[in-house]
This record gives sequence, structure tokens and C-alpha cells, in this order.
Amino acid sequence: MLARGDAPPEPPAGLRPRSSVTGPWPHPVRPRLPGRVAYRLQRVLAPNAAYRGLAGALAKVPAALRVFTAAEKVTKGAVFGCRMCGQCTLPVTGYACPETCPKQLRNGPCGGVGADGSCEVFPDLRCVWVVAYERAEREGRVTDLMLLQRPVDHRRAGQSAWVSYWRGDDESLWSAPRAGTVTEEHR
Amino acid sequence: MSNGMGLRGRLASGAFAVTAEIGPPRGADPEALRRKVAPLAGWVDAVNITDNAGAYVRMASWAGSLVAAQAGVEPVMQLTCRDRNRLALQSDLLAASAVGIPNVLLMTGDHPKFGDQPDAKPVFDLDSVQLLWAARMMRDEGRLLSGRALSTRPAWLIGAVENPFAPPAGFRAARLAKKADAGAEFVQTQFVFDVPAFARWMAEVAELGLPGRCRILAGVGPVRSLRALDHMRTGVPGLHIPGEVDRRLRSVPADRVAEEGVRLCAEIIEQIREIPGVSGVHVMAPGYEHGIPAILERAGLARARPRDGGPGSELTGGFQGDRSPRSAWPTAPTLGGTGAH
Repeated sequence: MLARGDAPPEPPAGLRPRSSVTGPWPHPVRPRLPGRVAYRLQRVLAPNAAYRGLAGALAKVPAALRVFTAAEKVTKGAVFGCRMCGQCTLPVTGYACPETCPKQLRNGPCGGVGADGSCEVFPDLRCVWVVAYERAEREGRVTDLMLLQRPVDHRRAGQSAWVSYWRGDDESLWSAPRAGTVTEEHR
Repeated sequence: MSNGMGLRGRLASGAFAVTAEIGPPRGADPEALRRKVAPLAGWVDAVNITDNAGAYVRMASWAGSLVAAQAGVEPVMQLTCRDRNRLALQSDLLAASAVGIPNVLLMTGDHPKFGDQPDAKPVFDLDSVQLLWAARMMRDEGRLLSGRALSTRPAWLIGAVENPFAPPAGFRAARLAKKADAGAEFVQTQFVFDVPAFARWMAEVAELGLPGRCRILAGVGPVRSLRALDHMRTGVPGLHIPGEVDRRLRSVPADRVAEEGVRLCAEIIEQIREIPGVSGVHVMAPGYEHGIPAILERAGLARARPRDGGPGSELTGGFQGDRSPRSAWPTAPTLGGTGAH
């Protein structure tokens, strides 16, 4: 797991990215919203009858749903680097998006985090899980990170996670440690 | 195998376990692998066969595991999420059990960026915790991720990896708890060079009650040259080498570094054995596998050779008898129950 052989071949000069940030893989994104504000918004956006009604209405009008989804993509993309996996873990990952991890790890950091907290794949960026931990810790939400995140349903990529959240479709995204099984409600 | 009980039996007995790590060859010749594995027979409980370690293409770990078993050492098949989606991961896990591989080690894997084919598509369909979870469900509930029932349940012992030294420091013991919750029954750690830092992590791990349900094997290995030292300091993500280790290896003449590195490794093993809750060591010595017995001997881990001529080079013997249907550790042993030092 640790042995490295010879130095990897360099990519052809013309293909070399200008900086690692422009690399082909997801790269860690530092959220542009303080954790405290994000958790406050969480209370505002918590599912209620009005949101459920809105989500239900949107689901019935494809054009409206497309506009709403596009708006979500732009907003969450700008603030969190959201890649529209459609199954949002932000509320339990310190509002730092794990899909921006180059390995897209949903359950915590890999073992390659640099001593300075840098991402092993993009050494000039901070590991998104280090950021998630720091934000969760500041807001007293570290236990959120212990939840077991189920595998992503790739069929939901590009769909509105807000609509799913309000409709209650996200209940099975994660489970408490030692409870339930990995796909309990996904079948 | 050292005594016929295999890694599962060794860990269940509370005796100090030893595993080693072997990379299969870049080529189709099994002989090279056999030559690396055979000298370890009688010295280790099991040998990890890496899965395209460092994202460099090698012979597949399942095939390497079969070769290791033929050479007389029980294999631990490493399986990474980097190269396979969830379908392939589950079918490889079933295959491993079908051909009698008794242990699997489930991990995320190094990013392709670091390997010989950085142009490859990284898969990472599951992460290591999800893969551990899937494996436990397959074995203990007889179901796939899809929920479909398996005709026959697999029987391997489930292992994981953890790096006690990487940030966020406050989350590393908790992360192991998460892996144990998901299904890990043993864990092998990143190289331990900073023993006090490892002991602090072990204290947190013990606080969470983990050693009783997930056996901990500390990763160790010799630094054989200053070039290797520099590579480990700067070229291996997540590896921490404290200043005193660095100074010690640089303070000896260049032709004595290898010897000093071996001595240091043996000393670290001896220190690790004193830490409560540690169940064994995992020795990683790429390119120096033949030197592992000498390291173990120096660390006081030499074993009596098997009297009956040695059980097991055949795969399906040995481990089937002492496997329990669910977790390998039905009752939580007391902390620090590594009595047979």
C-alpha cells in the first residue's frame, strides 16, 4: 500500500496543467460560507409543509424543476464547489463538500493528508475533510462525521438535492454507526 | 503459516501477530513472487499481497495471493476502490473466498496520479468504509449491496488500514471506530516511526474500546538508505518521520545506514509491543523482504518452527475450522490482552 517505485512519467508538455487546481480530477473546495452561517441556514431550510409543497409542485412541472435545479447548481457550485451528485451530505460534513475530494470519499479523509493538512493529490490545496472536521468541530458537530455514508446512487447525479431533501428522499443517505445495513432503503 | 492457526486464530488467541507485505511482480512470472514469499514461512502469520500499490500496475492481488499460499504463507488479499466499481469489488470478494483466500484488506487506494499510468480514470465508486460495510453484509447477512441473496456466504477475515499520524489529528481514532463499525476486524497502520505519537493514538483508540473488536497491527519497516529516507520523508503521502529518527540515520557512515535502519526497526517493534492494545506488527520492507526474518529475530519475535512439518500450503486448510460465522471476535476480550509477548 505504501511502496512507490520509480518516478511516474511526466505528462507530455502540452498536456501539463498550468497549476494543479486546473487538473482533471475533482479538487478540494473551501466553502465560501462560514460554518456558523451554514448551520443557521440549515434551520431555515429544514423541511416543513411549505417546502414539501414547493418540492411537490416543482416535481410536477419539468420546466420549473429544470430552472430550480439550474439555480441550485449555480448557487451551490459557487459556494461549496458542488458537483451535483444529487445526494447532499453538506448538513453532516461541516458544510464542506466531500465530492470535491479527488477520491470522492464520503466517510472521512484518506491516509495521505499532508502534515500541514494539504491534499495529497493537490498539495497546494487543503484537504476538504480537514476543512470539514475543523468546521464541524467549531460548531460542535463532530459526531455528524461518525455517520456511515451509504454509497452514492449515480442515477441521481444532476438532480436537485434540495427537492429530494424536502420530499424526504434523503432519509437513507446515511445511518448511525452500528445501525442498519448499507443499502437498507435503497432497494 | 507459523503454527497452523492462521491470522484469524492468532489474533483470536491474543498472541502477538506478525504480518508482512509483498508486492507482486510487474510481469507474469509467479516464481519471483514465490521467491519473495517462501523465506517468510514460519516467521509471519500472513503476508499481504498488494493491489497495484502506489497505482503501479502489477500482477493482480488475488493471483498473487494464490501464489503466496502455494509458497506456504497465508495471504491477505489487498483490494482497493481505485480500480473497480462496486460490481467488480463484490465479485472479486466472492472470488477471493471461493478460491480459499482467508483474509482481505479493504482500502481506498493511492490516487492514479502517483502511479505509472496517471492518465487512467480513477474509479472510487465506493470508499473504503463503504467497501468494508459491503463486505460485512456479504459475509454476515449473505446479501449483496443490491440486497440480493448470496447462494453461499464468503468466509474471509476483514481488514482495513489507518494512518494514525495524518491530520485531522482529532478524527483519526474516530475514523478507525467508523471502520470497525462498518466491519473491519483488524487494521494495519501506516509506518510507525514516531512511537510516542502512535502511543497517544492508541490511547484514544483504547478509550473508544476498539482493540476488543478490531485488532490493531502497527506498521513498521526498515529505512535502508538515506535515499530511501528522503523518499519516505517527501515522496510518500501521509508518512511522518520525526527529526530524531532522521538525525539518527544521518549520523552513521553511509555504509552503515542499512544496518542502523534494521536496528531502529527492531527497536521500534520492541517499543510497540509494550503499548497496551496492540495485537501485532505489520512489516513493510519493499525490496528487502528476505531481511524480514532477521528483523523479527532481532526484535525477539523468532518462533519455534512448526514441528509437524508445517501445515498448510494448501489454501482451504487451516482457517476454515476456526472461523466463526459472524465476527471473528464474538466476545470482547479485555484491553491489552496481548499476553503472549
